[in-house]
Amino acid sequence: MHELSLVAGLFDILEEKTREHQPCRITAVHLKVGRLSGVVPDLLESAFTVYKKGTSAEEAVLTIEIVPFRFRCRKCGGESFPEEPPFACTACGSGDVELLGGMDVVVERLEIETDDAPGTS
Amino acid sequence: MTKKEVLVLKDLLGTNNEIAAEIRRETESRGILAVNLLSSPGSGKTSLLERLADKLGGRYRMAVVEGDIETERDAERIRARGVPAWQITTGGACHLEARMVGKVLADIPAEIDFLFVENVGNLVCPASFDLGERLRCVLLSSPEGDDKPKKYPKAFLSADVLILTKSDLNAYLPFDPAKAAAEALSINARLRVFAVSALKDEGVDELAAFFVEALENLRSGCA
Repeated sequence: MHELSLVAGLFDILEEKTREHQPCRITAVHLKVGRLSGVVPDLLESAFTVYKKGTSAEEAVLTIEIVPFRFRCRKCGGESFPEEPPFACTACGSGDVELLGGMDVVVERLEIETDDAPGTS
Repeated sequence: MTKKEVLVLKDLLGTNNEIAAEIRRETESRGILAVNLLSSPGSGKTSLLERLADKLGGRYRMAVVEGDIETERDAERIRARGVPAWQITTGGACHLEARMVGKVLADIPAEIDFLFVENVGNLVCPASFDLGERLRCVLLSSPEGDDKPKKYPKAFLSADVLILTKSDLNAYLPFDPAKAAAEALSINARLRVFAVSALKDEGVDELAAFFVEALENLRSGCA
């Protein structure tokens, strides 16, 4: 359900970028979604489809790359990428770990189209 | 027409995290221990807070922020125990965000010891939103089943404390508290685990003592 809040935040960013590059259309939005971000990609896409109407991203496609969950062991320093619990170091078995990634939802980059001669369109 | 790529690299939860960091700085500099309680609906967050109000009320000053989709009911229950409470009704949103807590923080007296924030009942979405708390507690009640941690890993992964609630029902249910705790610890080995029955007043003293110790650690500058 909180995908709607996230997409509202995404459109704040898109509006800001549209102002910076005006006049422009956003043609693609590339997101990186952490495996354990708690975000459902399908719901994110549905919310995006609803939100984009009437904005500079109306024609934009959304791509979502899933980022694996990743942590470093504080005991042996090894990195692990477990798909599911136990979330313990795969090398030494310690549960004393520092989370490194796979929890966030990041707007990585946008593709935009601008008019060649500003002010003529 | 020119095509361009624009690098953004912004976390969609970035704004929430910034407000949460501000709340954390503010509460910690005032020596207030902020605790975020997170669980499914009906797992006993408000009942636990009522008991904690009785335990901590005489010696410490506490305040409660209640998050619900609708009604003032939970805040009224807390106020009936003599503890000031603020109700946030989200009007549909399934979680509290730092901005909502920040708005009521200005009304909360500066000279309190504990600020408990009871999140909207939901084991999924609240896990993604930092509210500026120092301790995050996830509650799991025996009727929910001991298989929940792996089904909702983020709630358990992001918490500092696991509170197994309604322990008075364990004898009547196929709920194994040791299995529930082991499964949660396999997700997050740093969890401190407590078992309580708010109804029978069992285990709440130990939990209250833990919160008092955490408050003392905060004020003495320990981690």
